[in-house]
Amino acid sequence: MRQVTNICKKEFRSYFVSPIAYIVISIFLLVTGWFFFSVFFLYDQANLRNFFQLLPIIFSFVVPAITMRLFSEELNVGSYEILLTMPVTFWDVVLGKFLAGVGFLVCLLVPTVSYPITVSFLGQLDWGPVLGGYIGAVLLGATFTAIGLFASSLTRNQITAFIIGVAICFALTVIDRTLFFLPRTALGFIGYLGADFHFQNISRGIVDSRDILYFLSVSFVALYGARLVIQEKS
Amino acid sequence: MIHVKGLTKYFGDLCAVNQIDLDIPRGEIMGLLGPNGAGKTTTLRMLTGFLRPTAGSIHVKDYAADEEALEIKKLIGYLPESAPLYHDMLVYDYLNYVADIRGLEKDRKQSQIRRLADLCGISEVMHRPIGELSRGYKQRVGLAHSMMNDPEILIVDEPTSGLDPNQIVEIRDIIRKIGKEKTVILSTHILSEAEATCDRIVIIDRGKIVADGSTETLSRSASGELVINISLKDADFDSVKAELGSVEGVRTTTLLKGDNEAGDTLDVKVTCEGVGDIRGEIYRKIKETDWVLLELHRETKTLENIFRELTREN
Repeated sequence: MRQVTNICKKEFRSYFVSPIAYIVISIFLLVTGWFFFSVFFLYDQANLRNFFQLLPIIFSFVVPAITMRLFSEELNVGSYEILLTMPVTFWDVVLGKFLAGVGFLVCLLVPTVSYPITVSFLGQLDWGPVLGGYIGAVLLGATFTAIGLFASSLTRNQITAFIIGVAICFALTVIDRTLFFLPRTALGFIGYLGADFHFQNISRGIVDSRDILYFLSVSFVALYGARLVIQEKS
Repeated sequence: MIHVKGLTKYFGDLCAVNQIDLDIPRGEIMGLLGPNGAGKTTTLRMLTGFLRPTAGSIHVKDYAADEEALEIKKLIGYLPESAPLYHDMLVYDYLNYVADIRGLEKDRKQSQIRRLADLCGISEVMHRPIGELSRGYKQRVGLAHSMMNDPEILIVDEPTSGLDPNQIVEIRDIIRKIGKEKTVILSTHILSEAEATCDRIVIIDRGKIVADGSTETLSRSASGELVINISLKDADFDSVKAELGSVEGVRTTTLLKGDNEAGDTLDVKVTCEGVGDIRGEIYRKIKETDWVLLELHRETKTLENIFRELTREN
């Protein structure tokens, strides 16, 4: 556990050393802010539903950009040789990097708290769904971080890692909107795979154990995959 | 300290390391020599636990590498080839991070980082990003990294590549200093370096050990005969040949340079049976005559010759 903290601290810090962190945060705030407030006054409702509806799609592009360097850079520079010959296990490495990614994601979400605060001045805001939405956003972000981390472990090229990450995250986001192409028998199962489906449940303020279980299990599978890939490289 | 048995590594069909057996006691500086692609780095990577061997076993102290890899990693300090470090980190931050991972206590951490910075000569670059450093400095930071926990075993892969001659001498001194109490394994293809630093030299070629021993044993085993070069003045070759030929053990005497005219320097090469040292007898023989002895020395087979002999393509 000590090693997980050490690796996490180092990775988290190195986000803020390079300009990429500030660029990603700015773009994220710009995009969400624009899409949310440009239609907010047309709806004339004091809630954040629009913001949370957008989030899965935006996350499926932003999160892989955050995670793409976590393993790819190490593979490219060769520093993973140094990392893996220090007294750490594969799980220490994977979890440390994962938690650093989630930590950064939280930093990304914190400025958006200004949206509900602004809205609460304009009307009667129900804070329940907002809280649920943020819990869901962290869970969804963590799941995508795990997927992005897995994509990053596959290749030494950060661009490739980004594209693989976006492909998987995007597929999980839109899969439950493509159900009409699929046979009736598979509907329930495929629908259940959709990240958006589970996220929208939570963001309505319904924290259901099934949705939480979904995010946790997808994260676990992705992290386990990353661990296997890293192990296979030695 | 380290016991390696039947170590083998395949990359697909390519056999990088083939049935290597090694026993490395504590306090030994072992040099791993070999041409490019001989399997030096692969062997070291398996010793450090970075690569898993295809077959064979590694034991460090009482730990088996396949079961207690973590314990072994705690004992080993490793500097990979060309020191691949995090480019965006500051040198100080990096060493701090390594100290944390190595589990150094808070009060010891700062003094250890300062000590290593002095030892490796990186005090003045502590607050610069690693990516901006020159190759030599990166190598030093890597060396500081590998010694962070005062490891019992230090493994360095081509430690002096990319350094200037002064730095090479410094790094060798550091390695020799550590080697007095710790076990050091270093790989290199610079033969003089191995000769200057190592107690023992292992030469590998195409994944196999072709020679193993101290520098002296290697030179002795490789040459079955002793060669002595002699420079004389006021002597003619025919009488030299006759006189030296009468010494027991001398096989042949050949002229290298000079002619029979008096006053000229005469260089001869004497080859002897490889049993004993007969330089004394030769000297006594020359003393009986009125030749002037300018030089008499034994030609040792350098490591370079041995290396080329053993690893030549066949």
